[in-house]
Amino acid sequence: MPQQGTAVAIEGLEVGYGRTPVLDGIDLAIEPGSFVALLGASGCGKTTLLRSIAGFIEPRAGRILIGGRDVTGTGPERRGTAMMFQSYALWPHMSVARNIGYGLKLRGWPRADIARRVDEILALVEMSGFGGRSVTTLSGGQRQRVALGRALAVHPPVLLLDEPLSNLDAKIRLTMRHEIRALQRRIGFTAIHVTHDQEEAMVMADRLVILEAGRIVQDGRPEDVYRRPNSPTVASFLGADNVIEAEARRDGTDLVLILAGGIRARIAGTPSVEGPCLLHFRANAVTLAAREGRGDCLAIPGRIEQSSYPGGRYRYQVGTPVGRFFVDDAYRLDDGATVTIAIPAPSLHVFARPLPGVPATRAA
Amino acid sequence: MTTGANAIAGPRVRSLAASTAGAALRGLALGVFAFAILGPLANLVLWSVAERWYTPFKLPVVYGFRYWEAVFRPTGDAMASLGTSIEIALLTVVFAFALSIPAGYALGRLRLPGRVLLLILFMLPQAFPSVAIYMNVARIFYTFGWTGTVAGVVAVHTVHGLVYSVWIAAAAFAAIDRDLELAARNLGASAWRTFLTVTLPLATPGLMASAVFIFLESLDEFTGTFFVGVPQVSTLPLLLYNASMGGNYQIASITALILLVPSILFMLVIERFLNPQVLSRIGR
Repeated sequence: MPQQGTAVAIEGLEVGYGRTPVLDGIDLAIEPGSFVALLGASGCGKTTLLRSIAGFIEPRAGRILIGGRDVTGTGPERRGTAMMFQSYALWPHMSVARNIGYGLKLRGWPRADIARRVDEILALVEMSGFGGRSVTTLSGGQRQRVALGRALAVHPPVLLLDEPLSNLDAKIRLTMRHEIRALQRRIGFTAIHVTHDQEEAMVMADRLVILEAGRIVQDGRPEDVYRRPNSPTVASFLGADNVIEAEARRDGTDLVLILAGGIRARIAGTPSVEGPCLLHFRANAVTLAAREGRGDCLAIPGRIEQSSYPGGRYRYQVGTPVGRFFVDDAYRLDDGATVTIAIPAPSLHVFARPLPGVPATRAA
Repeated sequence: MTTGANAIAGPRVRSLAASTAGAALRGLALGVFAFAILGPLANLVLWSVAERWYTPFKLPVVYGFRYWEAVFRPTGDAMASLGTSIEIALLTVVFAFALSIPAGYALGRLRLPGRVLLLILFMLPQAFPSVAIYMNVARIFYTFGWTGTVAGVVAVHTVHGLVYSVWIAAAAFAAIDRDLELAARNLGASAWRTFLTVTLPLATPGLMASAVFIFLESLDEFTGTFFVGVPQVSTLPLLLYNASMGGNYQIASITALILLVPSILFMLVIERFLNPQVLSRIGR
């Protein structure tokens, strides 16, 4: 169902409960057929944004357009969105089939057509034969399939997903991710997915919108956002939560990083930061080596203080002159072993360090 | 080996003694409890089948079902009173529901300022001596010509029933997950349609319990009926009162036993419909 223009447009949206602002000027345009993940820590306003789009929350200011139509003052029943809830929100006094057929009945479909469509939907979500069951007898995964079916039955142009997978156990969560994504590709609806799970967002969405304190702080393709977070908070949120304080100096096209304890590194092609800065890196983006690092690489000497094995690779806590870091490595090393953390330049996210009392500035 | 056996036998003996003493205590408590409940009941049953019973005798002299027959005679006062009682009770349920469903929804669902005060307000009639209240109600009703009418009695019973039904209805509505309603709105249902297809069916168990409760309260109500209804409106409790005042313990006992039946049914219903989730929200 390809559409023209934007599926959902949000302009200057402000929402608040009482005096506290929850959304503080959100601007967002979503293309038809795209899968957008709203990602952020709890309390960042992502669920409020989704519920505002659904019409459950009235904004203080700004506009919401769905399919080019201004729906800001319109009730939730006339917005053409369908939502999957974190709590599933299936009606316990109705059978699976009646849950799925509810929206169709409201639209005045004849009974035979509803029955046919319900069967189609049950097949689509791989729940054939469950139509007569009470929803209270279903497992969590089955309930969420029914909830997905109920939302898709009305053929919504926009599907809203409010952390629908967070109450499921890990294995079912992984399957559901791929199933929802595959259905979205096949049917072509626009999906807006709220989650606090970075991996889930990356796997499912083709666009990440990261919120922090009621504002959009970064917006882009999952790979781009992951590789080039634009602020220390986005970097930490996307897993680059090892932080080093450093001093950056420009030297021609190179950047010289000076760390405490006389550690230095010269890297090329990095952001134009000068002065005090923060270096973020991921535990899995580095190598542990007994030797000194090569060029274009920040090498920090340290000792292994603790180790654990979460499966696949070993996870080490490494003590260094510039702080403690978590680092993953494929090889078994003993506690107390002397190592060198080698961080390749592309894995090093450099941000200007905010002076005390001054909010963080973004590095280009 | 021997010491091992002793070590095992020691605590076992002690625990056996403790459990015997515990069982005896439980048995005693149960006996006292059973006597307190079943004693008066047994007396009622005895009186209902005693055709003649006078002082030196510990048990009735002549047994028979003469009084049962008198009570259940279609032309008798008792059957007429039962009819009136049920009519009043049903009307009370209808009127109390008409008020407590919207009131309960508002109190349970909408964030009203001062909702606790409102809930307490509904409790207020219970806080004063009922005789004083109903005497004044009767005086006011008299000026409108409502005394001695079924409508007047229904009005009194409805106000009395609201105390419970508003609280229970508010709890029943508050127990419904908000997302269940939002899901219906989201799929295209208007607010009113959502209320009819989602909210009301989900609140039904709680509302059923409250209906039964109002019905029984009305069936048992004496003071208000006495002041407002007498002499034209005669309900079962009034008949019971008249019979026992007139020394006719047989009729009084049989009436009391009839009134017991709905109360037992109520207990079964409340167990079936009022789940802990709803009960825990009463008064919140």
